[in-house]
Amino acid sequence: MKQTTHPPDHRPADVRNGAAHAAPPPARGRRRRRPPSTQWAAWGFLAPVTLYLALFYAYPLYRNLDLSLRDYTVRSFVQGDAPFTGLANYRKVFDDPTFAPALLHTALFTAVCLVFQYAIGLALAVFFNQNFRLSATLRALFLVPWLLPLIVSASTWSWMLNSESGVVNATLHAVGIGPVNWLTSPSWSLTSVIIANIWIGVPFNLVVLYSGLQSIPAGLYEAAALDGAGSWRRFWSITFPLLRPVSAITLLLGLVYTLKVFDIIWIMTKGGPADSSTTFATWSYQLGFGNLLPAFGPGAAVGNLLVVAALVFGLVYVRVQRKQALS
Amino acid sequence: MSRSRRRTWLKTTIGVVLTGVMLFPVYWMLNVSLTRDQNMRKSPPDLLPLHGTLAGYRTVLDEQLPYLGTSLVIGLGTVLLTVLLSAPAGYALAKLRPRGGGFLSFVLLAAQMIPGIIMAMGFYAIYLQLGLLQSVPGLIVADSTLAVPFAVLIFTAFMSGIPGELIQAAQMDGARALRTFRSIVLPMSRNAVVTVSLFAFLWSWSDFVFASTLANGGAHEPITLGIYHYIGNNNQQWNAIMATAVVASLPAAVILVLAQRYVAAGVTAGAVKD
Repeated sequence: MKQTTHPPDHRPADVRNGAAHAAPPPARGRRRRRPPSTQWAAWGFLAPVTLYLALFYAYPLYRNLDLSLRDYTVRSFVQGDAPFTGLANYRKVFDDPTFAPALLHTALFTAVCLVFQYAIGLALAVFFNQNFRLSATLRALFLVPWLLPLIVSASTWSWMLNSESGVVNATLHAVGIGPVNWLTSPSWSLTSVIIANIWIGVPFNLVVLYSGLQSIPAGLYEAAALDGAGSWRRFWSITFPLLRPVSAITLLLGLVYTLKVFDIIWIMTKGGPADSSTTFATWSYQLGFGNLLPAFGPGAAVGNLLVVAALVFGLVYVRVQRKQALS
Repeated sequence: MSRSRRRTWLKTTIGVVLTGVMLFPVYWMLNVSLTRDQNMRKSPPDLLPLHGTLAGYRTVLDEQLPYLGTSLVIGLGTVLLTVLLSAPAGYALAKLRPRGGGFLSFVLLAAQMIPGIIMAMGFYAIYLQLGLLQSVPGLIVADSTLAVPFAVLIFTAFMSGIPGELIQAAQMDGARALRTFRSIVLPMSRNAVVTVSLFAFLWSWSDFVFASTLANGGAHEPITLGIYHYIGNNNQQWNAIMATAVVASLPAAVILVLAQRYVAAGVTAGAVKD
């Protein structure tokens, strides 16, 4: 959302962030003269969203925390009288044999996706920044993978990577490479979901980095060209350093959104085979919803660890963005 | 032909090839959706659907229409709820300087960082008690959490660009805050309404996490679950699966064609300093 989106959200995803900072901060001196009637009006307008945040963000999060601190069974889940067990669920999760692989896979998945999405996105942004014929149209087409529902992308990749009938193995066969069990072999499943997720994440990096490139004055390049700097040199001494603030934002947002990627992995491999592509997000879902006997407590505990990680990097992001807004 | 013009053509060619590589999976989805069952496991697979069939799409019409309808209703409901909640909030944050507004913006930012799967688990626990599992309104509320924080930030950014004189002039004429908002601010924010609506619809249409936790097995399941059940049940009929995927991608395609500039605006909003 994604996304992302994003991741979204993918997201992207998803791609949402502090546009609010575009609003000019009220001047300190004027703060005292805010008439009370405006305050009433302001909070009147804000009341629905505040109530909404409390009911549909804070309360589910609180319920999730509560889930992780009690010993829930299906029965007590319905009746709501599960005994309080403190951090027992967290201890159970830490001692679980899945913990170490899930941690490793989450770190690997996030790092590899970020590096490739950023590198490919940047290369494409530089390429499209040259404004040739059709460049705007082609750039728009690059958004397609990011806009598609994740289930669509994931099922398409599943079929493309199918061991017997997938087009990827057919292509490999044509150049003399034997079939790879992309989704069914423990040594390839993580690679497969990483490839699919990079494909989804490139558009976001491309669009954001491209708009960053647009704000670099063309005069700088002309001056460097006059000094005899080649295009490689111009990239490393002008583009890359001047793009650093935008790069930092892109990578941090990407990090937060990649940490929580769930759909792609679950639809393509369900975290398997044998946990070989399990991350914290899929593990949490697996515990809570993936089995006949749900383990809501440990599932919520894993989820909360993920929330903490996402919020830590989210705070770093907010700090970086504030600093950039001030400079 | 001059040298620079030839170089432009070279770049266009490279651009077309790169776009082709990037969009190959999308083409492959189309190709498979048109492939006959007996050719599905052919090796090597046909690169063009020359002996194609529309059987997959017929299956979609027969089996998936209820799912598509549910997704449409949920998408529109999410758009409505999101705009109703976030447009007034954006106005307040942009123009009325509420005490504590900065903190609220921070909370909204943090809200976007929370992984969907955690929200889903919390919603599941709450809906189970309220009896809202497998209900359309329940899913609309859950899906709106994907869009509301983003929407408030978009509205805030957009509305702070509306000249203060206009709003003051309205107030001099004796218009109350609500009327100023309705008759001046909202009409001027049409672009923001479009951007927010597009993303809210797209995210709710594409949602899988909430659907699979909160709506699974119910009478009204969205299209993402329709595809997911397909993958789980009939592994053989990939033309039907891919045909459903193509149909499920239509909103994204329409949005890309009709509203591409809004999409790009939404993606970059705030990520890049002006």
